[in-house]
Amino acid sequence: MSDARSSILASLRASRDAHPVETVASDFTVLREKRWGPAERLERVKRMMEAVHTEFVDATEQDWPAVVQAFLKDAGAKTVLYAPATEAGARLESSWADGGPELVRYDRPVDEFKEEMFTGIDAGITQTLGAIADTGSLVLWPSADEPRLLSLVPHIHIALLKADALYDTFWQVMTENRWAEGMPTNALLISGPSKTADIEQTLAYGVHGPKRLIVVVIR
Amino acid sequence: MAHAEIDFGKASRAALQDPQLRANFRRAMDGLMSKRAAQFADSAEWHSMRALGASVRLRALSKLPELLEKLEENCTRNGITVHWASTTDEANAIVLEIMLRVNAKLAVKGKSMVSEEMHLNAFLEKHGIEAIEADLGEYIIQLDHEMPSHIIMPAIHKNTKQIAQLFRDKIKEAEYTEDVDQLTGLARRVLRKKFMNADVGISGVNAAVAETGTLCLVENEGNGRMVTTVPPVHIAVMGLEKVVEKLEDVPPVLSLLTRSATAQPITTYVNMITSPRKDGEKDGPREIHLVILDNGRSKIYADEELRHTLRCIRCGACMNHCPVYTRVGGHAYQAPYPGPIGKILVPQMEGLDKRGAMPHACTMCNACVEICPVQIPIAGLMNRLREEAVHPGPAVKDAGAQASKAEALVWKGWAATFSSPTAYRMATTVLSAVGNAAPASLPLLKEWTSVRAKPRFAGRTLHDLARDRGIPDV
Repeated sequence: MSDARSSILASLRASRDAHPVETVASDFTVLREKRWGPAERLERVKRMMEAVHTEFVDATEQDWPAVVQAFLKDAGAKTVLYAPATEAGARLESSWADGGPELVRYDRPVDEFKEEMFTGIDAGITQTLGAIADTGSLVLWPSADEPRLLSLVPHIHIALLKADALYDTFWQVMTENRWAEGMPTNALLISGPSKTADIEQTLAYGVHGPKRLIVVVIR
Repeated sequence: MAHAEIDFGKASRAALQDPQLRANFRRAMDGLMSKRAAQFADSAEWHSMRALGASVRLRALSKLPELLEKLEENCTRNGITVHWASTTDEANAIVLEIMLRVNAKLAVKGKSMVSEEMHLNAFLEKHGIEAIEADLGEYIIQLDHEMPSHIIMPAIHKNTKQIAQLFRDKIKEAEYTEDVDQLTGLARRVLRKKFMNADVGISGVNAAVAETGTLCLVENEGNGRMVTTVPPVHIAVMGLEKVVEKLEDVPPVLSLLTRSATAQPITTYVNMITSPRKDGEKDGPREIHLVILDNGRSKIYADEELRHTLRCIRCGACMNHCPVYTRVGGHAYQAPYPGPIGKILVPQMEGLDKRGAMPHACTMCNACVEICPVQIPIAGLMNRLREEAVHPGPAVKDAGAQASKAEALVWKGWAATFSSPTAYRMATTVLSAVGNAAPASLPLLKEWTSVRAKPRFAGRTLHDLARDRGIPDV
């Protein structure tokens, strides 16, 4: 189909050269000016995400694994998928008490346990890079250590958010952290549990992805 | 619908007779309009954002060939295979070739309007491959063998009762329920099995970033992430205008898109895909293919004015605000893109012979122009296409196809009458005297009087009345 390529590009180039498109400078001031104070940011993230059924749980650097375990036990989760090679995964492993839900390691390709993941896992735990006040969104960069499906397939998604990792806008996250210099395989914003309004505009949660999203705010 | 007779007028009249359909649309569009207005309550912010959005789209169009090459170069470097298709047939053939190579039997699809342009599902089905729509709205209409009636909310024409009945009729394990959570839960159970077993995932693209070779997708359900992460092969199809120059161009475009479309500050998921599964990664497709489709877009790009059609970010706000769309609904257009954007885009893609009626279904109320987040002068382009429809020329496919000798003659007579004072005086005198005697069933008059009262001529002209009051002729 290289014929298509050259003919499309030649046609576009000829048209553009014959009549250049008039442009105006892109002024990002409107995004740059969206700012909130440190306390306001977390408050806003909470308010916006709770409006779309996200749940928030408070924890500290010391007690978050216990908080997560207690929460999942209450929620009736039997199996919890986690990423053992991450810092959070190591903490979970070392502090997971007996008697709670069973920890399942996501340490092999999905192809080896796809069916189990889809039918036998109740919850998944991931870290986040932070949250965005403007839209109430979590920022995730899945990796080899922390795979993509952890935050998608299990019915409950537990996301760990450090209380000081807060941004104003999506634009600020990507410009300050120079995302354009190297994007990961997959970058994600997650702003609530999976939802749909396709049946007569009635909101329903948990259509394909997680039915519940729990943000554990770690101070 | 591709092979059915296309008669927008007939379909519109039928839609207008369907009170359930009209109620479904009226209710949905009213809700969407007020929720969108709340999202852009800060008027200064709205004006700055849409100016930024328009500037991003214009900059992309100004460098379109270079950006597409850059996108291809960066995608290729990232491990994404790029394909080019001039026509929908070529695009379908590319998708099929990939499917056959990996011996695919089942494809799961995220919502993609370009795949609707391609009639991809029907094409794959013909070749023995099942393509299941995974977006709930698309899944619903696929069960009922319908086209989307809205580009964002494809099943908006149906109410809960209709969907409940459809599920009971078409899904084996279904019991009749009007509980939306239960209906959604049923779709979840059915479709999760499909995600798990699919050989290929197919998606659209909301924005493709030239600078990094990244494909951006927005969605709420998680089906978009499923189809781009679970199956071993991911095929993304995009119109060639979907490219943006820089990564930082993405936040304003997505913000305008999601706020305009469904009045959400952002969708539940923003999914940015830059490469297939790398060594050591435990999930994600091993192959990603990007099909860049022209399908008439390069011709649209050739015209200095009409190319602004290509700014569109497919938010659907124009249809939500369109008095015609709200009354006739999406199916009357019998096209992948209904509403105002459809009325300017589809005739350019498919030609004015087949689609010449579309640009006329507009009241020129300008509502779409006022809310378009990237400032497309839709009404102006609509007017231009009305002219193109009756004047043969190179700019639009089948320009001049709607030209009518009778209409041209009427306009000539009209112009002659209005440019000669004597002729004008004679005409008004005659019409004042005998105009009202003309029967409503006269050939040309009938078109108007079939749905409206026949206009009455005044006994005396305005000029006469003015003279009586001593106002001199100029």
